[in-house]
Amino acid sequence: MELKKIDKPDLGLFLQNLIKDFQVEGVKRKGQSVYGQSFFYGSINAPDELCLDFDCTTMPPKKYFIPPKEELLKFTIAPKPEVAEVIESKPLIIFGVHPYDLKAVNQMDKIFSEGNPDPNYLKRREGILLIGVDPTKVSPRSFWNSMEAASVSSGFDLMLTDIGESYLVEVGTDKGGNLLKKYAKVSSVTKEEEQKRIDVRSKIWNMCKKRALNFPMRELPSLLVNSLNSPLWDEKASKCLSCVTCNMVCPTCYCFDVWDDVELDLTHGQRYRRWDGCLASDFAKVATGENFRETRAARYRHRFLRKGQYLFSKLNDAACVGCGRCAAYCLPDIADPVDVFNRLKEAVK
Amino acid sequence: MNHSMPDGSPYVPKWAEISRIEKLTESEKLFELRLSNGQPLGHKPGQFVEVSVLGIGEAPISISSPPINDNSFELAVRKVGNVTNAMHNLGVGGKLGIRGPFGTNFPIDEAKGKDILFVAGGIGLVPLRSFIKFVLENRKDYGEVTVLFGARNPSEQLFLSELEQWRGRKDISYLETVDRADENWKGNVGVITTLFPKVQVDPAKTICVVVGPPVMYRFVIMETKAKGIPDKQIFLSLERRMKCGLGKCGHCQINNIYVCQDGPVLRYSDIFALEEAL
Ligand SMILES: Cc1cc2nc3c(=O)[nH]c(=O)nc-3n(C[C@H](O)[C@H](O)[C@H](O)COP(=O)(O)OP(=O)(O)OC[C@H]3O[C@@H](n4cnc5c(N)ncnc54)[C@H](O)[C@@H]3O)c2cc1C
Ligand code: SF4
Ligand code: SF4
Ligand code: FES
Repeated sequence: MELKKIDKPDLGLFLQNLIKDFQVEGVKRKGQSVYGQSFFYGSINAPDELCLDFDCTTMPPKKYFIPPKEELLKFTIAPKPEVAEVIESKPLIIFGVHPYDLKAVNQMDKIFSEGNPDPNYLKRREGILLIGVDPTKVSPRSFWNSMEAASVSSGFDLMLTDIGESYLVEVGTDKGGNLLKKYAKVSSVTKEEEQKRIDVRSKIWNMCKKRALNFPMRELPSLLVNSLNSPLWDEKASKCLSCVTCNMVCPTCYCFDVWDDVELDLTHGQRYRRWDGCLASDFAKVATGENFRETRAARYRHRFLRKGQYLFSKLNDAACVGCGRCAAYCLPDIADPVDVFNRLKEAVK
Repeated sequence: MNHSMPDGSPYVPKWAEISRIEKLTESEKLFELRLSNGQPLGHKPGQFVEVSVLGIGEAPISISSPPINDNSFELAVRKVGNVTNAMHNLGVGGKLGIRGPFGTNFPIDEAKGKDILFVAGGIGLVPLRSFIKFVLENRKDYGEVTVLFGARNPSEQLFLSELEQWRGRKDISYLETVDRADENWKGNVGVITTLFPKVQVDPAKTICVVVGPPVMYRFVIMETKAKGIPDKQIFLSLERRMKCGLGKCGHCQINNIYVCQDGPVLRYSDIFALEEAL
């Protein structure tokens, strides 16, 4: 493991240098909301726009990997029908990604490269450099510590940890190492500082124990298999608005819809995909009217089964990283996985 | 990240030209297509393609013909919405985009030397026809062949001239029924399960293949159970909403399987425990 140090006053310089050569996207402050201070990912044009002292962004960095609306094809209908693929990628640095969101990116990498590899995702992904950062605050609904998402061993190009007067920087990839060499003023790290990183991390991990699963996360698949007929699904889903917010804000939700758009001249257009969510009432509905998940409870349950059982078998891991966004933004407040999973566990005891 | 980048986009369709159109019923048409690159489609009975009408969208459609030599293939399409209506408005020479073939196929090899019981409900005959015709073309490879076909009423029967041939064939038994008869109908009246008492099977050596509307499966399975056909010898083809055909978009998911990849043809013993399947 290669570990370097950037003194805090030099971080601005590093950013300044990056901004000159790259498009840099990072965490920004958005003022107060009903949930307190809110944070979002946006373009960083000056070093002081970046905020690394955030608890959780409203939306995950998913939009950079899977744009909400993404062109797949350009086509001409007349005079001669023709199609051309659209596969886009541009160099991008995302600055300030928490480990749980990095874990989600690692899962997306796996999903979009396995089976039928998805060139749109993979090409875009190739252009993205990720600079992770350990959290300094924990959002009230986060439970990443119990989802094995407090830290990641890969998936970042650089990983920053605030140890007080400086940031320690772990180099995750050669690309990350080269960024440091070219753009940052770094110094070597002492044994004490290395120890400090360990201490800082365990302190923040401990702060994320207020909300936690009451059982080992690895038990989720068997718990869910045994909870298919739980009355909890109906109880919770009876308040569901089918608004799909829980899908949209989730860093591991990646379902999509495919749509054609035709320009006004009716001779050409685009096919694109856009975010879709399994909580939408027509998600599994076919043209003949049959809806294979007709009830809110069936759709609500599907999301938890997908996170804790179906995708678990593909990823050997839960497809929930415990960011708590779904819990924070669900209006009737029924989407919290901690609450759902713990109550299911309680019921099978 | 380690991965192999595919050569091109899996969303780009190939072109196919309509070489023949046959009206099957008021709402269904048969399209004979040829890929513009002159290649065969390379499908197996039971697979499907994603059909594009540019500017309208895509729809998953079963390949209704068996793989045959002259490079053409057939789709039988019921008009129910945007894409299917647009297809019905096309004429001979019209072009469609084709992706695929996708998905699993009927057990053409596993059924060799065995008896086959085909059960088709309504438009379920469309996909099943590829397997039935495949078996008829390779008749000596298979044992006793029984085809059960149920339609809601006589005017909804598809492939009339083929049904007429099947009625006359000595080497298969073909039984049909309609839910509601009209004045010309002389045959059996009732749902498809009413045909089962007329069929003798040797359960140990019978492969049963069932395709029909979602409601039909549960009732047919009750009959096959009564006949003692083991679950692992029963195959179904399931329909789900589909948007990609690639195991990614999530729309076709039933519990932990993706119908576009793990299906549409599924072995009953693999899915009876999946409570969202049937
Ligand atoms: C594996 C498979 C094989 C099929 N084979 C045939 C066939 O051989 N002949 C036939 O007539 N029909 C078949 N269907 C059903 C056919 O796909 C739908 O009728 C068709 O998608 C409706 O599209 P539309 O644009 O006309 O309708 P709209 O209602 O306008 O549909 C809009 C979109 O919703 C989705 N959608 C709607 N209904 C379905 C559906 N039933 N299945 C999947 N996606 C749907 C599609 O993506 C479609 O583009 C099959 C479906 C599947 C899954
Ligand atoms: S955010 Fe809440 S109300 Fe909206 S779909 Fe999800 S569970 Fe239902
Ligand atoms: S399910 Fe909720 S808590 Fe889990 S990763 Fe998705 S948004 Fe975060
Ligand atoms: S159709 Fe998209 S996952 Fe099956």
